Amino acid sequence: MRVALFLTCVNDTLYPDTGRAVVKLLNRLGVEVDFPVAQTCCGQAHYNTGYRYEAEPLARHFSDVFRDYEAIVTPSGSCGAMVRELYPRMGERARAEGRGDTLATALAPVVPKTYELTEFLVDVLGVTDVGAYYPHTVTYHPTCHGLRGLGLGERPLRLLRAVKGLELVELPGAEECCGFGGTFALKNADVSAAMGADKVRNAASTGAEVLCAADNSCLMHIGGTMTRLRTGMRPVHIAQILASTEEEPAA
Amino acid sequence: MSGTFVGMPAFPEAAREAVHDQTLRGNLRHATHTIRAKRRTAVAEVSDWAELREAGKRIKDHTLRHLDRYLVQLEESVTAAGGTVHWAADAGEANRIVTRLVKETGESEVVKVKSMATQEIGLNEALEEEGIRAYETDLAELIVQLGKDRPSHILVPAIHRNRGEIREIFAREMSEWGRPAPEGLTDTPAELAEAARLHLREKFLRAKVGVSGANFMVAETGTLVVVESEGNGRMCLTLPETLISVVGIEKIVPTWRDLEVFLQTLPRSSTAERMNPYTSTWTGTTDEDGPRNFHLVLLDNGRTDTLADEVGRQALRCIRCSACLNVCPVYERAGGHAYGSVYPGPIGAILSPQLRGTASEIDASLPYASSLCGACYEVCPVAIDIPEVLVHLRERVVQGGQVTREGNKVVLRPAKGHAAERAAMRAARWAFTRPGALRTGQRLASRTRRFHPRTLPGPGRAWTGTRDLPPVPAEPFRDWWHRTHGGKDETK
Ligand code: SF4
Repeated sequence: MRVALFLTCVNDTLYPDTGRAVVKLLNRLGVEVDFPVAQTCCGQAHYNTGYRYEAEPLARHFSDVFRDYEAIVTPSGSCGAMVRELYPRMGERARAEGRGDTLATALAPVVPKTYELTEFLVDVLGVTDVGAYYPHTVTYHPTCHGLRGLGLGERPLRLLRAVKGLELVELPGAEECCGFGGTFALKNADVSAAMGADKVRNAASTGAEVLCAADNSCLMHIGGTMTRLRTGMRPVHIAQILASTEEEPAA
Repeated sequence: MSGTFVGMPAFPEAAREAVHDQTLRGNLRHATHTIRAKRRTAVAEVSDWAELREAGKRIKDHTLRHLDRYLVQLEESVTAAGGTVHWAADAGEANRIVTRLVKETGESEVVKVKSMATQEIGLNEALEEEGIRAYETDLAELIVQLGKDRPSHILVPAIHRNRGEIREIFAREMSEWGRPAPEGLTDTPAELAEAARLHLREKFLRAKVGVSGANFMVAETGTLVVVESEGNGRMCLTLPETLISVVGIEKIVPTWRDLEVFLQTLPRSSTAERMNPYTSTWTGTTDEDGPRNFHLVLLDNGRTDTLADEVGRQALRCIRCSACLNVCPVYERAGGHAYGSVYPGPIGAILSPQLRGTASEIDASLPYASSLCGACYEVCPVAIDIPEVLVHLRERVVQGGQVTREGNKVVLRPAKGHAAERAAMRAARWAFTRPGALRTGQRLASRTRRFHPRTLPGPGRAWTGTRDLPPVPAEPFRDWWHRTHGGKDETK
């Protein structure tokens, strides 16, 4: 299977460790993964802030880069949801605006082939025990676009429960938004910060060392709040936990 | 909408105060979390909830699609049943009609059943100007009225008040409006309810004119439906001689059978009850029973304009259950007043900018009053995709485009104040369609990382005021990939 890693612009720039973890994990599971270097950004921030027309060339570019792969794997619930949920909608809107089918046709090939990492592991590879070892107490925050957009459900938890040495503790108010929301974090900074602080307080109340999620954008907001509030907890992307082994343990 | 909201600041400023008001945060958190949990249980009991939700959506979509036909049918059935139908294009016209109807009765006071439509048009204030006093009879609405306050929730307009504050308001204000609060009133729910009951009873018995809204209007029979919990609605709808109902045109359902769906989904979504305690239905007038005169004022006030918008029109499916408010993390922290409208929360954020347009500061900021977490869509009993409409309205704000205002197609210009953002978005689009440019930017960020400040000036302060920035790594992923051929040549 020709599998492409769509790392996302945020991870590429700020969280290369997450990218390395995905590669290591997939290789360990026998999957050859390619990183098409022409990849950039799915256009989510543009689209969600109201700049749909600016997002369109980015979506086309995404499709050009990835269309020939059999599967596109991304360690981001929200970027995965952008491609799967919103690319078809962008095509429909263009059609409704009398601009014909060209956008819809251009984007269609990548939509069904794009998987968020935990979906790819559980649904496509059919594994829940990925042979990981991570001797830490972890609480899991389901990010909104993964939870409600993609419907990831129990998949991340099933993967985490199978990790050796990992103690999973339940996060109170887990399904409440952390308050990131892309440009929302800047446009409505007070409300966003209040939501983030509540999320961090809930996380700290579990006594876990690590807050895990499947999206680094939310973790950037939660982690930035954690250090500011000096909770002593750390945010870790699920890929890094799943990639960790006894021979090469991750922090 | 109501004049009280003119000149509201944009949402972020309006929300700031609420976010830092610990009492308010506590009140809202307690109230919304309680009802949230109850709703979840009440909905989980119904095995065919998903089907009911889909059915509700379809009934509403069908009705909206053929609204012209159903409105005419409704008018005919109401008239045939002895009622009189009035058409109001906007708030001003509706207020004038109601004022005239009340004056024709020779009365100078009315009792009111809680109604969003009359709040939307600012009816109480309009009547007041003409020397007519309107008494709110719903408990929470009474608290708001006595406290000279504004509603902050669709269903529980005094949700921002706790029991102590309510006791205060009753003890201080009731005597101004009628029967005073009992001596030594405490803040136990039973005593507060009893005080309200006594205060209101004399109003019910005296009133000759009742004013209501309606949850539903059945086109085939001309029947109006009000669901409520306190029995005040039943009193207002049956005791007065004249009943005037002001109802948004989107409240129609074609047949009685359609009510079956909504009378299941509405109470469970709003108060988490299996069935609401009082369901009043009336069809025109009936000899020797109930009001002698019945007037129905059908209110447009931006609704047909909203209907003209393919994406935005789904907001008209709303049955005002308020489940979206109760589950909204932004509403929970910003409170209802920040939305500058009688429609707060997620539904308000998509309804107000459509009914009123996006010209004012508050209306242009409402589509951004959401993290797009999607919790509202998940609970909405008529499946309004609120995040979709929010993004659509953001487009309208920043890109402009064609909209319908007062029945005419007009082209909106992109809103001012987004120029810097627009430039940044364009620049990002430019870089993101050129992988080389992205790589150059990433490398620059990595090389200069030791000099990055911990706090940012200007707009960046919105982030670093409360959150640390992530450190920039020594090399972006793509450089590592290039250097190690995907990790194959990595030397540990
Ligand atoms: S938008 Fe949906 S959830 Fe919100 S009040 Fe209306 S019907 Fe209820």
